[in-house]
Amino acid sequence: MDLALLKELNAERAARRAAILVTDVADGAGQLVREGDEISGELGEAVQRAFRSGKSGLTEIDGRELFLNVHVPPPRLVVIGAVHISQALAPMAKIAGFDMAVIDPRTAFATEERFADVALHAEWPEDALKNNPLDAYTALAALTHDPKIDDFPLTAALKAGCFYVGALGSRKTHAKRLERLKEGGLSDAELKRIHAPIGLDIAAASPAEIAVATLAQIIEALRKRDLADGLRMRAA
Amino acid sequence: MEANRAANEHLDPLQVAETWKGGGRNVAIATVMETWGSAPRPTGSQLVIDSEGNFHGSVSGGCVEGAVITEAVDVIETGEARMLEFGVADETAWRVGLSCGGRIKVFVERLG
Repeated sequence: MDLALLKELNAERAARRAAILVTDVADGAGQLVREGDEISGELGEAVQRAFRSGKSGLTEIDGRELFLNVHVPPPRLVVIGAVHISQALAPMAKIAGFDMAVIDPRTAFATEERFADVALHAEWPEDALKNNPLDAYTALAALTHDPKIDDFPLTAALKAGCFYVGALGSRKTHAKRLERLKEGGLSDAELKRIHAPIGLDIAAASPAEIAVATLAQIIEALRKRDLADGLRMRAA
Repeated sequence: MEANRAANEHLDPLQVAETWKGGGRNVAIATVMETWGSAPRPTGSQLVIDSEGNFHGSVSGGCVEGAVITEAVDVIETGEARMLEFGVADETAWRVGLSCGGRIKVFVERLG
């Protein structure tokens, strides 16, 4: 591989765009394919399949052995609410490899002191998400249980095909939330993608335990099938 | 998000490869291209190596890195890419192999 090609690939990755590096195993010659590039023939089909599955692998095309290395953006976690659970979640998410951001317009909550080591946006989600739009490689956890703050990003996350969408709140709170979001024009199929009450059912009680349950549920969504679902939803 | 990305950049093998090469070091990249059975790192995992044997990333859980690094130093010298194969069926299994019972193919190439 030459350095110019590596730089191109790293630029795509830094911009959170999916790309595939095709390497000819015989001589190491490489070719960068971006999502949406028009490639004809067998290679085009193989590239399409690889973008859909996200899986890297060897394939033989026209007598050449090629390796398709699929680079999809690293998972990101956007948390709505600079609350106690978010404070516990921040170091855990970082260890697990998630790029985490916290959004909360309430400046009493969103302070540097409470969130020293995480990207913090002390503004309304409507404004914060303009600069960092949600995508299929992003998980969104709404933790304020305040409709004024949570409802917009939940809707945006479902529309963007986020691979995970979770919302804190009791069953009763969630039932009311579903009514509001339905009135806002979301379909039943979209609403069913919201994980609520949030987190795997491990009887979590403390904020830190709820953070563990939530992170585990996000990892489950990433590694099982929700990512593919999110991409399909975005395509449709 | 910016702060976090910067913090994780030094952990990313391909970023490390670009930085090392940009700094004038000779670099090889090793990539897991195929796995059978229970392999510790999935297809696409990468390890970068410089001519001094410094390395970053992983292609297994530490089982075959030593052998890959030795080959990589050679690849940096000759410039010829090669495919390595490791597994318990390998006759050198007593020396380098995957104790988990899997097999892997690792491609090693020089960053030009």
